[in-house]
Amino acid sequence: MTLSGLLVQLLNGLAGASSLFLVAAGLSLIFGVTRIVNFAHGSFFMLGVYLAYALVDRLGTGLAFWPALGLAALAVGAIGALVEVVLLRRIYRAPELFQLLATFALVLVIKDVALYLWGAEDLLGPRAPGLGGSVEILGRRFPSYDLLLIVVGPLVLALLWLLLTRTRWGTLVRAATQDRGMVAALGVNQAWLFTGVFALGSMLAGLGGALQLPREPASLALDLLTIGDAFVVVVVGGMGSIPGAFVAALLIAEIKAICVGIGTVNWFGIDFAFSKLTLVVEFLVMALVLVLRPWGLMGKPQALSRNTAAAEAPLRPAPRLLRWAAALFLAGLVLLPFVTADSPYVTVLAIDLLTAALFAASLHFIMGPGGMHSFGHAAYFGLGAYAAALLMLRAALPMEVALLVAPLVAAAGALVFGWFCVRLSGVYLAMLTLAFAQIVWSVVFQWDEFTGGSNGLTGVWPSEWLADKRSYYFATLALVVLGVLALRRVLFSPFGFAMRAGRDSPLRADAIGIDVPRVQWLAFVLAALVAGLAGALFAFSKGSISPDSMGVGKSVDGLVMVLLGGVQALSGPIAGAVTFTWLQDSVARSTEYWRAMLGGIILLLVLAFPQGIAGFVGHWLERRGTNR
Amino acid sequence: MSLLEVQGLGKSFGGVRAVDSVSFEVAAGELLAMIGPNGAGKSTTFNLVNGQLRPDAGSITLDGQELIGRKPREIWKMGVGRTFQIAATFASLTVIENVQMALISADARLYSMFGRAADHKRDEALALLAQVGMAPQAERPCSVLAYGDVKRVELAIALANRPRLLLMDEPTAGMAPAERNDLMTLTKRLVLERGLGVLFTEHSMDVVFAHADRLIVLARGRLIAEGTADEVRDHPKVQEVYFGSGRTFGKKAGGVR
Repeated sequence: MTLSGLLVQLLNGLAGASSLFLVAAGLSLIFGVTRIVNFAHGSFFMLGVYLAYALVDRLGTGLAFWPALGLAALAVGAIGALVEVVLLRRIYRAPELFQLLATFALVLVIKDVALYLWGAEDLLGPRAPGLGGSVEILGRRFPSYDLLLIVVGPLVLALLWLLLTRTRWGTLVRAATQDRGMVAALGVNQAWLFTGVFALGSMLAGLGGALQLPREPASLALDLLTIGDAFVVVVVGGMGSIPGAFVAALLIAEIKAICVGIGTVNWFGIDFAFSKLTLVVEFLVMALVLVLRPWGLMGKPQALSRNTAAAEAPLRPAPRLLRWAAALFLAGLVLLPFVTADSPYVTVLAIDLLTAALFAASLHFIMGPGGMHSFGHAAYFGLGAYAAALLMLRAALPMEVALLVAPLVAAAGALVFGWFCVRLSGVYLAMLTLAFAQIVWSVVFQWDEFTGGSNGLTGVWPSEWLADKRSYYFATLALVVLGVLALRRVLFSPFGFAMRAGRDSPLRADAIGIDVPRVQWLAFVLAALVAGLAGALFAFSKGSISPDSMGVGKSVDGLVMVLLGGVQALSGPIAGAVTFTWLQDSVARSTEYWRAMLGGIILLLVLAFPQGIAGFVGHWLERRGTNR
Repeated sequence: MSLLEVQGLGKSFGGVRAVDSVSFEVAAGELLAMIGPNGAGKSTTFNLVNGQLRPDAGSITLDGQELIGRKPREIWKMGVGRTFQIAATFASLTVIENVQMALISADARLYSMFGRAADHKRDEALALLAQVGMAPQAERPCSVLAYGDVKRVELAIALANRPRLLLMDEPTAGMAPAERNDLMTLTKRLVLERGLGVLFTEHSMDVVFAHADRLIVLARGRLIAEGTADEVRDHPKVQEVYFGSGRTFGKKAGGVR
């Protein structure tokens, strides 16, 4: 690559960094003050693009173009304020993970609103008036609009800096970032402070989106793409640090640009395709930063959140009533294919429910008793699924062997990734699990010759004796019940106690000889083993496997299942997985807008049952028990 | 030979010398109180002995074995139990399960995945709880206990692996006066029965003078006095750090009056 080419690539990177910074700065501000990890932030970005498109469409592409962008940003800010007042205010005292679930429900709702208003087609905005052409830099053409973007990033950074350091409101925001409780004790009205910060953060995301209009089309996929990038930037920069977000945005955008610029290089006879790295390089950077500087480049260790969940009740063996209920439920599952013989689809759906339940149970194992919030658990589900498929297709192993070896492959993956993850805690741990999952996903997605790339693999069918859906159902049922019971057994064992001890008080655990990271590491591997089994079962039930099975979406599905069911109850993940998968299936068949319905249902559940479904039922039973 | 020997211990945080060449000993069967005003370096000294902090200088030996450089969990295995200034127990376990957890760790059964943890040495755990008077509450979740009771559970946990040395950071903080007396009487009994060495910090002088065999006094990171209750009480330097020398406000203050 020539020097001038490199320079133009670097300028490209600068332009990309600006919009990345706008989104990340908003996310960081919101997290710093409200301690809410706002999954819907990418959706605000997407709304910014769409609103800018709509407004430019209405106001015309002349000079009205610029006010239209500003109006779009303001409108997104107003939507953010509305969301804060109507929804988030009610759940500030809920455990962190519930807030996450609520913002994820918002993602679903906003996506369908956009689908309803603007349709599924990508919409390409007009060029910016006066900046539609390009300028010549070192003999290469460079879009003049990108020059504007390069200026916007530092400009917004400067304005934010002035706002935060030179105004009373900014001082309050910074104070709240450090100690929310103290600010409240000083008589500051937190409610309005939070609303203001949320509106400002959303507006920044909206502005970032609006400014992208001349560069990329408005599309419904922008929300999750953006939130992934923004999370990475915020975590690399340090949560709550605006300058950190700026530095991280620059770093990541430049590294990406350089990867594109380098293209494919031949070293020692092997081709290295750097351009393929763009999908994953930011996650590599994040993993590296988190391992070396666990609080991000410019972040500080977080003060402990003061609104943690109420202490969990001790584990007790299931009461007789529940044992009978479980036995009855199991008997029902065994009879199911016979009862529903005339509608074979029920058996197929039931296999899905079972694998989902096993996947959710494995995630619950590390999230609940283990206290490790994983945002990338699908990696192990996917590793199991792909390992099963590849062992059968490429290594020509019998299906039964592949099914049993695949979980070990997932566990081996967790052995490597877990070693890094257990060195962190809280949101940072969650982000590192996400990074590893993303790395695995992008390898699978791009390695066409081996994994089938984006198309995935087909022809992954079970052996003949399991080919009938009903026999496969029974095999799945047996393995899933075995897996769930094994996890349950471990929770009551000395190791299960050690897991909970390490979660409850790492200080005390260390003082009585428990090596907490090591216990967590082993728990992580166990969970991956079970998730891998779920993945392998899933692969053989579908006959094919695609990268989606290990993507962010799948990880989020797992989170939603666990949270819906309730983290504190052992039966929670089962209840959550069944509810979620069944809802997804039945709602998806009845309406085009299934996401919005699902999101709405999740929101209702979050507001009505902050302890999850199983947690709610458990408490209800307990209350009935004590009343009698 | 003494059980615990601390020699020339030093630790700085930035420019602050939190602990400055401190030396003392704890003998088996001795209840040694470490007192001193806020910021004297008591908690830092504790965290150094316990392995949570690494000293810049000095040596700490238990029965002649060097402790510096070992992790807290290794030091626990060598027979050093500890209670914290803000009591730390496992909130989602019951009282007896908290003690069983420590017994499981002492028996090196942490990675066992079969068998029920709740059945592990129940009798021994109950006996430990009986010692601290918590047996009647054995089945309650630790999260619902009164703070004084949590402190007693913590003591039972610390005793689970039959330690030779017990480090107690403000063992009676947050307790009612009668409870304080009970807890320290209990501790004293353990010291006599088991030949345990105890190092404790305490702000309540009643507790210190009534129960400690010997006292050491820290001020601004330095050890300024050492001896029996009476010797320390009459020590001019101790009176100076606790009551002031009267020089702080100098002549001006007198002049205004």
